[in-house]
Amino acid sequence: MVKEPVAVVGIGQTKHVAARRDVSIAGLVREAAVRALDDAQLTWADIDAVVIGKAPDFFEGVMMPELYLADALGAVGKPMLRVHTAGSVGGSTALVACNLVAARVHRTVLTLAFEKQSESNAMWGLSLPIPFQQPLLAGAGGFFAPHVRAYMRRSGAPDTIGSLVAYKDRRNALKNPYAHLHEKDITLEKVQSSPMLWDPIRYSETCPSSDGACAMVLTDAVGARRAPRRPAWVLGGAMRSEPTMFAGKDYVSPRAGKECAADVFLQSGITDPRREIDAVEMYVPFSWYEPMWLENLGFAAEGEGWKLTESGVTEIGGDLPVNPSGGVLSTNPIGASGMIRFAEAAMQVRGQAGEHQVDGARRALGHAYGGGSQFFSMWVVGAERPTS
Amino acid sequence: MPDVLSAPLVVEFPFTRSLGPVQSAFLTGLRERSVLGVRTADGRVLVPPAEYDPVTAEEIRELVEVGTAGTVTAWAWNPQPRPCQPLDRAFAWVLVRLDGADTALLHALDAPGGAQSVRTGMRVRIRWALEREGAITDIACFEPDDDGPTTHEARPHSGEFADPVTGITAPARLDYTYFPGRAQSRYITALAGRKTIGERCPSCRKVYVPPRGACPTCGVATDEQVEVGPRGTVTTFCVVNIKAKNVDIEVPYVYVHIALDGADLALHGRIGGIPYDQVRMGMRVEPVWTEGGRHPDHYRPTGEPDADYDSYRELL
Repeated sequence: MVKEPVAVVGIGQTKHVAARRDVSIAGLVREAAVRALDDAQLTWADIDAVVIGKAPDFFEGVMMPELYLADALGAVGKPMLRVHTAGSVGGSTALVACNLVAARVHRTVLTLAFEKQSESNAMWGLSLPIPFQQPLLAGAGGFFAPHVRAYMRRSGAPDTIGSLVAYKDRRNALKNPYAHLHEKDITLEKVQSSPMLWDPIRYSETCPSSDGACAMVLTDAVGARRAPRRPAWVLGGAMRSEPTMFAGKDYVSPRAGKECAADVFLQSGITDPRREIDAVEMYVPFSWYEPMWLENLGFAAEGEGWKLTESGVTEIGGDLPVNPSGGVLSTNPIGASGMIRFAEAAMQVRGQAGEHQVDGARRALGHAYGGGSQFFSMWVVGAERPTS
Repeated sequence: MPDVLSAPLVVEFPFTRSLGPVQSAFLTGLRERSVLGVRTADGRVLVPPAEYDPVTAEEIRELVEVGTAGTVTAWAWNPQPRPCQPLDRAFAWVLVRLDGADTALLHALDAPGGAQSVRTGMRVRIRWALEREGAITDIACFEPDDDGPTTHEARPHSGEFADPVTGITAPARLDYTYFPGRAQSRYITALAGRKTIGERCPSCRKVYVPPRGACPTCGVATDEQVEVGPRGTVTTFCVVNIKAKNVDIEVPYVYVHIALDGADLALHGRIGGIPYDQVRMGMRVEPVWTEGGRHPDHYRPTGEPDADYDSYRELL
């Protein structure tokens, strides 16, 4: 069956900050949605369906917030869907919207993801005191830090790699007006002397907690022809999942991530991602996940990812820029973080990324993961309409 | 099934809500004994107010003040109020269209005459709470109003008040009864005898600790119990330097993944009895129990030589 080509014709984000006390959740999502519509020069009447995602309801304590957001998102009288895949949800939400257009169910879909972390405490939402179970002995970083150590042992990476990633991403964020953290005085020494929270993870190597939303307008080939600005074309999209815990699970390089990447590259006709992808927006909540995902996604051989980071390949001026937007390390409204990756990838191939634009970006990868490294979603977007 | 454990689980948290301009004006208005709504582009007055027009999706910011009396448009009798409901005696849930509004507000009606005294179309008025803070509970409830219908019309209102309410706290509480299931009940019961019981998958032969009753890879029940440990190998770890909420352990401490001998995946624990900076991957450890503890308090080095990396690399 021939799929409908899918184009990204509108992108909108809020300025991500620690707390948006001036707006309700409805007001927050509305800002991103209106910016995406403006970018596409469309109105609410042009939207056929709305697909929304966020992290678990417990984060804000509003059960099924999509119900109350229907009017803020112009969804009254239209289909509205909620997607729910933990931290990867921003990516999988975009893919559900994309599939609705590809399958010709709808012609133009608004997709949006958000989090208002200031309304509650995400860690509380994730760590209920289950009876009989041993309490988790460490915070979120404590969950991931042992896997980082396992990566260091497996790859022989020098201790400094994590700080190089954080220093790069925080400098990239200075070029992105929507990024949450703008640390104008950042230096490598400051990153390397920040407190060691969960050894081997330092404070400056962790993501912030943000309020923010991101929206995209996806449309079909006819819609793309009418679009006022250059679209980004979806070349491939894939999701994979696996259990949180099972015998043989590889937390450093989960099989679901490898297979998801292989699928998305196959769909996109990419055989050598290291050469054929011009920019990567990947979900890096702790700095060490950059080299880990470089290997998991197939950009580097096993044990070699850190060498790309160390040699500057992943800088904006390098030949495989990773997280030119500043990434999750600079902006983390959890539910929206995956969609921001997807949207930033699309901005790169539209030539829309402003100061953090990668020169001549023609194909970019957006990546998200969530849960206990168990949900993965990815898309590849390109400047050229796919031929098949 | 008497061998299955159960225990109460209470989930409770005070969520905060940022109100935005419209809800802020509405709740601050209640504090000042004014009821504000919004007027849509086609002239309808929505009370309680919405930020966005449910028909056109346009932003609505035109605030109006409506009356404090109105008409019941629908109702339901609540014979046995629950804790935290607006009244502690039987009352009616009512939808009230306030004078000047085109939509109805949900609240409680104090009806001393009982259910027989409540009817659709009856006139009611607001009974204000004595102490008001900018919340829907500033309306204590509605009460029957013997005065006839008024011709109150919605009047423009700036929505501006001194010291506006911009956020509220919304406490939430859920009460569950938690059942860990047969497999985990067996595991927990065995722990009381300081034994660790895993379960072997009949298909892939992997031993799961703690057992969940099924193998997540093969999707089949695991019903063969296998004792594992007590000794094990540290597969990986981190040094925790900041206190986690609800964990009463002095920092720094070492949080470890331990593969108990005979188990095919690691569980988590803490290392004691050795300086934190001497913990190593591959270190051999054994559990240390305290009186009455459901789980090992921590693990300590056994003094055996470290395990070879290749012996546990598949468990990372």
